[in-house]
Amino acid sequence: MDMALAPETLARWQFGITTVYHFLFVPLTISLAALTAGLQTAWVRTEKEKYLRATKFWGKLFLINIAMGVVTGIVQEFQFGMNWSDYSRFVGDVFGAPLAFEALIAFFFESTFIGLWIFGWDKLPKKIHLACIWMVSIGTLLSAYFILAANSWMQHPVGYRINEEKGRAELTDFWQVLTQNTTLNQVFHSFSAAFLTGGAFMVGIAAFHLMRKKHIPVMRTSLRLGLVTLAVGGLLTAVSGDTLGKVMYEQQPMKMAAAEALWDGEQPAPFSVFAYGDVDKGHNEVALEIPGLLSFLAHSDFESYVPGINDTNKALQEQFGPGDYKPIVPVAYWGFRWMIGFGMASFSLGLLGLWLTRKRFLLPPALRTGEDEVPHLVLLKKPLGARLSRLYWLLALWTMAFPLIANSWGWIFTEMGRQPWVVYGVMQTRDAVSPGVSTAEVITSMSVFTLLYAVLAVIEVKLLAKYVKAGPPELTEADLNPPTKIGGDLRDADKPMAFSY
Amino acid sequence: MELHDVWFVLIAVLWTGYFFLEGFDFGVGVLTKLLARNRAEKRVLINTIGPVWDGNEVWLLTAGGATFAAFPEWYATLFSGFYLPLLVILVCLIVRGVAFEYRVKRPEENWQRNWETAIFWTSLIPAFLWGVAFGNIVHGVEIDRNLEYVGSVWDLLNPYALLGGLVTLTLFTFHGTVFTALKTVGEIRERARTLALRVGLVAAVLALAFLLWTQADSGDAKSLIALVVAVAALAAALMANQAGREGWSFALSGVTIVASVAMFFLTLFPNVMPSTLNADWSLTVTNASSSAYTLKIMTWLAVIATPVVLLYQGWTYWVFRKRIGTQHLADAAH
Repeated sequence: MDMALAPETLARWQFGITTVYHFLFVPLTISLAALTAGLQTAWVRTEKEKYLRATKFWGKLFLINIAMGVVTGIVQEFQFGMNWSDYSRFVGDVFGAPLAFEALIAFFFESTFIGLWIFGWDKLPKKIHLACIWMVSIGTLLSAYFILAANSWMQHPVGYRINEEKGRAELTDFWQVLTQNTTLNQVFHSFSAAFLTGGAFMVGIAAFHLMRKKHIPVMRTSLRLGLVTLAVGGLLTAVSGDTLGKVMYEQQPMKMAAAEALWDGEQPAPFSVFAYGDVDKGHNEVALEIPGLLSFLAHSDFESYVPGINDTNKALQEQFGPGDYKPIVPVAYWGFRWMIGFGMASFSLGLLGLWLTRKRFLLPPALRTGEDEVPHLVLLKKPLGARLSRLYWLLALWTMAFPLIANSWGWIFTEMGRQPWVVYGVMQTRDAVSPGVSTAEVITSMSVFTLLYAVLAVIEVKLLAKYVKAGPPELTEADLNPPTKIGGDLRDADKPMAFSY
Repeated sequence: MELHDVWFVLIAVLWTGYFFLEGFDFGVGVLTKLLARNRAEKRVLINTIGPVWDGNEVWLLTAGGATFAAFPEWYATLFSGFYLPLLVILVCLIVRGVAFEYRVKRPEENWQRNWETAIFWTSLIPAFLWGVAFGNIVHGVEIDRNLEYVGSVWDLLNPYALLGGLVTLTLFTFHGTVFTALKTVGEIRERARTLALRVGLVAAVLALAFLLWTQADSGDAKSLIALVVAVAALAAALMANQAGREGWSFALSGVTIVASVAMFFLTLFPNVMPSTLNADWSLTVTNASSSAYTLKIMTWLAVIATPVVLLYQGWTYWVFRKRIGTQHLADAAH
């Protein structure tokens, strides 16, 4: 059959589209939930109005975002059965458990407490209301943890045995699935990247308002919080990326060789800055390299041998029989670079911003600014001129989606870099699709989801832009006087609700 | 009782929870056209389920995830077999979720009306299709020796299953109507009670026909008990509604749903998806289930987590226990 219309190709495209799309919302949801909770905590503790206004502002953007994350997540729960029924039959005994844990523990948490938080402003005492958003935040983290444990098992299957009689993988050690180093490193990397994403988002939007000198007290606070989140998240993303990379060199040498377009093993191995090559012949025609660096990334020294694509392919053929065990090398190579490039660009901008807007550290006292002033951007001793300041704000605004691009490429790299396996070393992707589902059905569902998602993306982005531009809301009497009893104070039975759909 | 039997019961419990809870919020969605006379009333209706619909929907996701983990073969056959109807349901649930959250986010009337229309259709269609799906599961479908569904999408739209769809649609609408009577105040509450009688009678006739058909087809003594309970509870719910006992009416319409789902699963057991081609090719609790180890872990999860979920979800209903009328609506667009 024509490869372009093969069931495997179509099912993979559909999974790729729906999952990358879903993951645009996930990291923002994770980080904005925690950041909003942090801001609300600040309000409850200090009673400063700027924190409550910030909570309402970022909370609104968080809600617009999580709505999309939740609904696109529904598809994830069912599409394994729809398009990947042979996969589901083969791995369900292992892979289903973390999904069930995710639903029963995390989804209920998130969805129940988000309802309480949205509608609870005038129904819950303020500390209980605050606890609700923290519950949501914990729910988002737990949810990500379980699904990453499931994905890590596909990257590096552990804690299972093959039942020949039933022809399937069976779980033997669930704890190992939850705690293997692939899981822990993926979780660490994804969580830190989520905060990098949320930090950049917050910085970009705060910059937009500060550039216009609007909503200064709230946006000053948000800028600071965003910059710290971005810098810490970025640093941890780099650190965890490094350790995850080392784990992958052990577990999936092919993926990492493809990430470097390293065709033949070298000792010491160089890091590739740019490469252009011939995939069929298995070599690069143009290669710009930093000697020894790849050895360091793989094994923490500048001398070690790193196997290449051709060697690894041979080794895999000896282990698993004849076949081609190479992923699409250019996708792995460039995916890896886009992931790092966009992520670290954002991180650098955060570090720069943190320095430029420093409060006391090495900052001449005369340049310190008050609560309602736009902070000076100070490079050394003097503030940047108007044009350069504006440039920084604009850069922050324009690059706020960079981590989203990095996240997407990160997943494309790690999933496509694992091919031809769906479960590494255990099951190939071509054996995983639903045999009973027709090409027409897959094309139908793929078109429907793609169109629907495209329309929703337009609606979502417009809505976000509207609320970003509107800025933090003015506070009402009800906002400043939260109820003291659960269910709300019964002062006036016909009083309108603080929030209604 | 072996663990896979326990999990058969637990999957039944999850679907029961889903139909009980999302049943009324689907019903309320349908009422936005059937009951509401103006846009303020539509908003009242939507706000009765505003804080809870999302939590209700998670029962479905949990049923899906638990089926994957406990009965992988069932999960695989069901969702690859019922591909297109499931696609329609998923699209509806996506649009519906966005509709609830985004409708109020812009003040323009057109924007809000469009989302209201979406809420109506995306509540009505899944309410109908779940009945069709369960009708087919209970009745059995063409499953071959490899446990693959080999029928077409048109085979799923047989008279029995379509009747099942009408039953869930009308039952959920009735459930939503008594829920509305329980949760609102003012004129809309009175009209909900009047409408409940009419919808309830239609639901009763359809449900009786469908359940009797099921009983005749594959019932036994236990399923007959469930049938009697379902029908009696529906009759009692109607009487309670007429007497103005809204809490009882809602609880009893809930019992109807619980008993109906129980009847489906009782007639199903020990099959989970019978094959109409050859009884040996049916998916059963034995050949579709996971290993004992996985089921044991899952059982621990269910035993610990489910009561906690019920507790905090129940608490949510208590927090939002106040009735809502048009006077309680906040200004549109926040």
